[in-house]
Amino acid sequence: MANMDKKKTPIPEQEPQVRNKNFEEVALGYTEEMAKNEAARCLNCKNKPCVEGCPVNVRIPEFIGKISEGDYEAAYEILTSTNSLPAVCGRVCPQESQCEAKCVRGIKGEPVGIGRLERFAADRHITCAEKKACPTIQKNGVKVAVVGSGPAGLTCAGDLAMNGFDVTVFESLHDAGGVLIYGIPEFRLPKSIVKKEVEQLQGYGITIKTDMVIGKTMTIDELFADGYEAVFIGSGAGLPQFLNIEGESLLGVYSANEYLTRINLMKSYKDGYDTPAVKSKRVAVVGGGNVAMDAARCAQRMGAEKVYIIYRRSMDELPARSEEVHHAIEEGIEFQLLRNPVKIIGDENSRVVGIECVEMELGEPDASGRRRPIAKEGSNFVIDVDTVIISVGTSPNPLIKSTTKGLEANKHGCLVADENGATTREGVFAGGDAVTGAATVILAAGAGKTAASAMMKYLEEKKKK
Amino acid sequence: MFRIATKKKLNDAVTLMEIEAPEIAKKALAGQFIIFKIDEFGERVPLTIADTDPVRGTVTIIFQIVGRSTMLLDQLNVGDTIADFVGPLGIPTHIEGIKKVCIVGGGVGCAIAYPSAKALFNAGAEVDIIAGFRSQDIVILEDEMKKVCKNYYLMTDDGTAGEKGFTTTKLKSLLEAGNQYDMVIAIGPIIMMKLLCDTAKPFNVPCTVSLNPIMIDGTGMCGCCRVTVDGVMRFACVEGPDFDGHKVDFDELMKRNSIYKEREQHDREHVCKLTGGIRTHG
Ligand SMILES: Cc1cc2nc3c(=O)[nH]c(=O)nc-3n(C[C@H](O)[C@H](O)[C@H](O)COP(=O)(O)OP(=O)(O)OC[C@H]3O[C@@H](n4cnc5c(N)ncnc54)[C@H](O)[C@@H]3O)c2cc1C
Ligand SMILES: Cc1cc2nc3c(=O)[nH]c(=O)nc-3n(C[C@H](O)[C@H](O)[C@H](O)COP(=O)(O)OP(=O)(O)OC[C@H]3O[C@@H](n4cnc5c(N)ncnc54)[C@H](O)[C@@H]3O)c2cc1C
Ligand code: SF4
Ligand code: FES
Repeated sequence: MANMDKKKTPIPEQEPQVRNKNFEEVALGYTEEMAKNEAARCLNCKNKPCVEGCPVNVRIPEFIGKISEGDYEAAYEILTSTNSLPAVCGRVCPQESQCEAKCVRGIKGEPVGIGRLERFAADRHITCAEKKACPTIQKNGVKVAVVGSGPAGLTCAGDLAMNGFDVTVFESLHDAGGVLIYGIPEFRLPKSIVKKEVEQLQGYGITIKTDMVIGKTMTIDELFADGYEAVFIGSGAGLPQFLNIEGESLLGVYSANEYLTRINLMKSYKDGYDTPAVKSKRVAVVGGGNVAMDAARCAQRMGAEKVYIIYRRSMDELPARSEEVHHAIEEGIEFQLLRNPVKIIGDENSRVVGIECVEMELGEPDASGRRRPIAKEGSNFVIDVDTVIISVGTSPNPLIKSTTKGLEANKHGCLVADENGATTREGVFAGGDAVTGAATVILAAGAGKTAASAMMKYLEEKKKK
Repeated sequence: MFRIATKKKLNDAVTLMEIEAPEIAKKALAGQFIIFKIDEFGERVPLTIADTDPVRGTVTIIFQIVGRSTMLLDQLNVGDTIADFVGPLGIPTHIEGIKKVCIVGGGVGCAIAYPSAKALFNAGAEVDIIAGFRSQDIVILEDEMKKVCKNYYLMTDDGTAGEKGFTTTKLKSLLEAGNQYDMVIAIGPIIMMKLLCDTAKPFNVPCTVSLNPIMIDGTGMCGCCRVTVDGVMRFACVEGPDFDGHKVDFDELMKRNSIYKEREQHDREHVCKLTGGIRTHG
């Protein structure tokens, strides 16, 4: 019997005024009962519009059906047949603009909580499933290399390993997971979850080598010389952009990457870790994406009295996931919309004391389809802050491109790859943010998957020759 | 895990270690650096690659004990391991086309200057070295340096070894004596590098300096290591650490490096007093 409630089964969350002082996860997840209740809202539509909305076509009504039957392991297996990182995606995918946007239940009410159910099935597997012996995979002895251990690299590596390839993942940082580890904070995506999903993949026999900067420690050419027959580059888009305004070298100005890396990767929020934490009273975060929301909410949790988001367009254009914007507002972050920074102001010791902004209005749509922000002449004003976090985007790191002959990139620094992930260099494939520029976890994972099958085809044909 | 192969105290405040890291040993060139992280709780700290032995697969680091991480590193002994050791990072020092060079090292900066001197010497350049220290008891690498140069000038602030005076004094007198250098390579405290550049400027000698901003990832991801060179923002970890000294904004770098000073002061006292540097948790 379908549950005809117009609203999603609410997910228990920590109280805003409690959670904005700790790094524990915000959403606590469904109980079995809640999950079954929500699963019963799915109509098991014949034409499955939700599936179309998912970049990797998760078999949504099927896995939800298994949850309503109480066969959670089966639900998990259906999920992982197309998505290697369900516990991650269930937490961080922008469902409201993907699967849930297409769900027919959303026409007259709220869509099915597909993300919440995905998370439930994945978590349930992690905590409850008996440790099954990993399937023994017939190895084919062919060595392939994966550069970068973000969602693109991990997914690609997983698919290749399941098909018998001897996969090594090279990661420049000291921990695997990419942005999932160094960028997205604990309270949104616990690192233990990422570790579990990484371990799950290692169960298939993948070797992960950390502390390996490809392009420095080893080049792509050296990987080939070392016997790797194909390479996947999933090196992400980690190079931070700045605003190029006066005052960006002052003490108290951070890129969002630095700020988040200190906190998440280096755990400076925890006692006993050596990396110094950034201490702030009043913080301005410039930007309106997920990264900006994460930085602002971290600043709040690190003890700031006042945190502003400064964004040059309006609420409607905020690129961040709506759930996270909503969480940020609940936690007390103040949104300064239609404002653009023009200068960061320092005191005689070069410490930040304020940020000067202008008011903006929206004009005609620009190339991005969004209305173009225009500065209002003479509307300058100053917000008193001691910390400014710049979160206005990242681009791919040129390190690998600059050390690999024949590997082309476009004018934004993104690697050129066809729809299968093949780059301009034979045997080298790429995907994720390194190709698209900063995007999403699921698109990166999808690109990793596509590339994995293209690589298998390539290696198959190469063998024939 | 990376094993410590040898350890040698160069003086009270400076230690040399050889670390087993064959991949890095194979690749490293003069001017490049590594980042180490001592254990799960450690921070990521950059150190220059002072030397390598590709056959034994070791990388030499020489570090000054200044704060928590270098204190903890100094507590380790041969056979102990470090959790992380990444490299070689940064762009190697440009040595092509340099026929006559004056390399100036200040204090532990000599450890960073030494590999460049060696590389230039081996490439056939005429190398003069000015090594400056506060006093005789902290002089390092004297024998090594002497082997890779034509003239070695030792300077101490208090005159307890070599000549009394600063590295700038010596550079000025060498330039005034008519020495024509293609390049001055200056490595040491920021203020020393700044003054050396000022000294060389009137003689129209190009200066290369090796900058040491605070770093985290060392691969261009965090933007923490940004320095202003010729009015442009540059990331020292991937575009440096060597830059044209006549164009560097040294004052800004000095300010940026002071940001965690208070905490470090506290750490120094804390780590020493409590445990002599041994971790009490984990
Ligand atoms: C703070 C933040 C919040 C976000 N929030 C969301 C969200 O809520 N939902 C969502 O869908 N997306 C979100 N994103 C975007 C999402 O995380 C990325 O699109 C996704 O991680 C891209 O995956 P990737 O595998 O291409 O690259 P990355 O995750 O960037 O991984 C690349 C990996 O490659 C490594 N690497 C780079 N160069 C080298 C090299 N030369 N040698 C070896 N290794 C190298 C890097 O260290 C890194 O580990 C967020 C991003 C950030 C920064
Ligand atoms: C490219 C590069 C090469 C270097 N090579 C050497 C070397 O060969 N030998 C040597 O003795 N030192 C070297 N340094 C300096 C060394 O990294 C710092 O002294 C380091 O901070 C010491 O760590 P600590 O925790 O013991 O001291 P801390 O107490 O943490 O810091 C001491 C001083 O170093 C600065 N500092 C703090 N953290 C960092 C960081 N992550 N990166 C850089 N500076 C920081 C601080 O501003 C402070 O003034 C190098 C620095 C760079 C950037
Ligand atoms: S569109 Fe919504 S109701 Fe229909 S199958 Fe998908 S999740 Fe279920
Ligand atoms: S150290 Fe992070 S960008 Fe240079």
